[in-house]
Amino acid sequence: MTNDDKDIPRVEIIPEECKGCELCVTQCPKDCLYMSDKINQFGYNVACYTGESCTGCGICFYACPEPGTIKVFKK
Amino acid sequence: MGKILQKPTGFYDKFVRKPGTYDQVTHYCPGCGHGRIHKLIAEAMQNLEIGDQTVFISPVGCSVFAYYYFDCGNIQSAHGRAPAVGTGVARSNPHAITISYQGDGDLGAIGTSEIIHAANRGERMTIIFVNNGIYGMTGGQMAPTTLPGQITSTTPYGRDAATTGLPMKMCEIISQLDAPVYVERTAVTDAKGIMKTKRAITKALKSQKEGYGFSFVEILSACPIGWKMSANDSIKRIEEEMIPYFPLKTFKDEIADRTPRPVVPVAPSQEDVLKALGHDQKEEILFKNDKKFIDDFTTQKVRIAGFGGQGVLMAGTTLGMLGMELGLDVTWLPSYGPEMRGGTANCHVVLSNKEVGSPVVESPNVLIAMNEPSLVEFEPSVTPGGLVIVNSSVVVGKCKRSDVTVLEIPMTEIADSCGLKAAANMASISAYLAFSKVIEKDQLVTLIKAKFKKKSLIEQNVAVIEAAYKYVSDHVRG
Repeated sequence: MTNDDKDIPRVEIIPEECKGCELCVTQCPKDCLYMSDKINQFGYNVACYTGESCTGCGICFYACPEPGTIKVFKK
Repeated sequence: MGKILQKPTGFYDKFVRKPGTYDQVTHYCPGCGHGRIHKLIAEAMQNLEIGDQTVFISPVGCSVFAYYYFDCGNIQSAHGRAPAVGTGVARSNPHAITISYQGDGDLGAIGTSEIIHAANRGERMTIIFVNNGIYGMTGGQMAPTTLPGQITSTTPYGRDAATTGLPMKMCEIISQLDAPVYVERTAVTDAKGIMKTKRAITKALKSQKEGYGFSFVEILSACPIGWKMSANDSIKRIEEEMIPYFPLKTFKDEIADRTPRPVVPVAPSQEDVLKALGHDQKEEILFKNDKKFIDDFTTQKVRIAGFGGQGVLMAGTTLGMLGMELGLDVTWLPSYGPEMRGGTANCHVVLSNKEVGSPVVESPNVLIAMNEPSLVEFEPSVTPGGLVIVNSSVVVGKCKRSDVTVLEIPMTEIADSCGLKAAANMASISAYLAFSKVIEKDQLVTLIKAKFKKKSLIEQNVAVIEAAYKYVSDHVRG
């Protein structure tokens, strides 16, 4: 996906802020998030977007306890 | 492109906590309910445009650092006292939006009194009550909201209701009071629970913005670390164990039936206070400032003791007032039992030309003993070379010290001879001043004439002063 695909809903996760709690992954109704093997500065496995099937519902944004780690672009 | 869901403007851009910490994340553990609730509050502040008028009160608990995150006014209060601090904020800033953010240990145990009374007064504030059933910050000890049978670090066999009671349901308690306008319990669990919580927080803050009084939102929230389970399991635990005990519902919503709470004046004016205290007349200056008198003054540490009702305390206030009017530093400290008459009473008076460090007179240089027990009790404490004045009308025993000056004055008889037996106290301080000469007789008389509350008795009191001075000059000095 590129930045030009502005009409497609999507989610951005800042990996360096993720604490790996997995709440976004569990609560995503479309299962479009997953826990990656990547480990960040805090030593946590970080949540990632698969890159497809996000509807921009925003559930992961509210599920995440961190203020700005997840950004959801709605349609 | 449509709407973007991102960090609400109710948060600071950077969280400047301490050097070396990453300035975009909170201090909360992974999966913590606080972070989710913070996000909902910050979003409500953004949407209601109240950031500039909000005062957020952080409690003691994990959310103690909330002031690092919310872009508004912030106060961190003592444990459990957030509603009391919030009362001060709301009263002194009538247009502030006050948010008291508290955990269950803070609100339900340590600050039970504060929350109940703030709710009962209907203070204009919103309480965000985060209930995770334990003391999270200190390591997961039992809180008043801990479920029966729940294992915590202080209930290793599970909470036993027989010895620790059942969990307190704060929404149910608060909603029984008349004053609160809105009481709701929600849970930050799944998307549905979070959205209900968002609506409840927004509703509470909106009602406060419109001027309504006390609103209370209890939020069941996960503490995965304290509960020793994964974040996902902690959400399940709220749904399966907590919600059955703490039902989610609107306990009270009277916003539509109420009128906005009137803004009460912050405080009465200085004039009103003085009037209420009877000090609205301009104070007369009794004595000219006498620098030499003040410079030459030797500090007097006086203990006056006797039966309650002998005027012991008033003798002390009279001395203190006299010193104050003359420009000295004075203190007066009463010490008495609960009885108004018949018990024992004594007071500590310090008169000095320097600031008085302590009002407590452990070793007086002047003891006025109005009765026998006072002489026995305080005689040993008088500094060597000091002065002991005994009411010889009442005291039969003698002062046993040889290193102090003893004056035996029949105070009660002197007062009686002037037609006012109750004025033995006036005879006592008159005898003291007559002998020590630290303050002039005329000054005492001037003070009595100007300040004595019972005007009808001034004349007799002045007669007692004269008689006591005469007694000292005839019998002691003569």
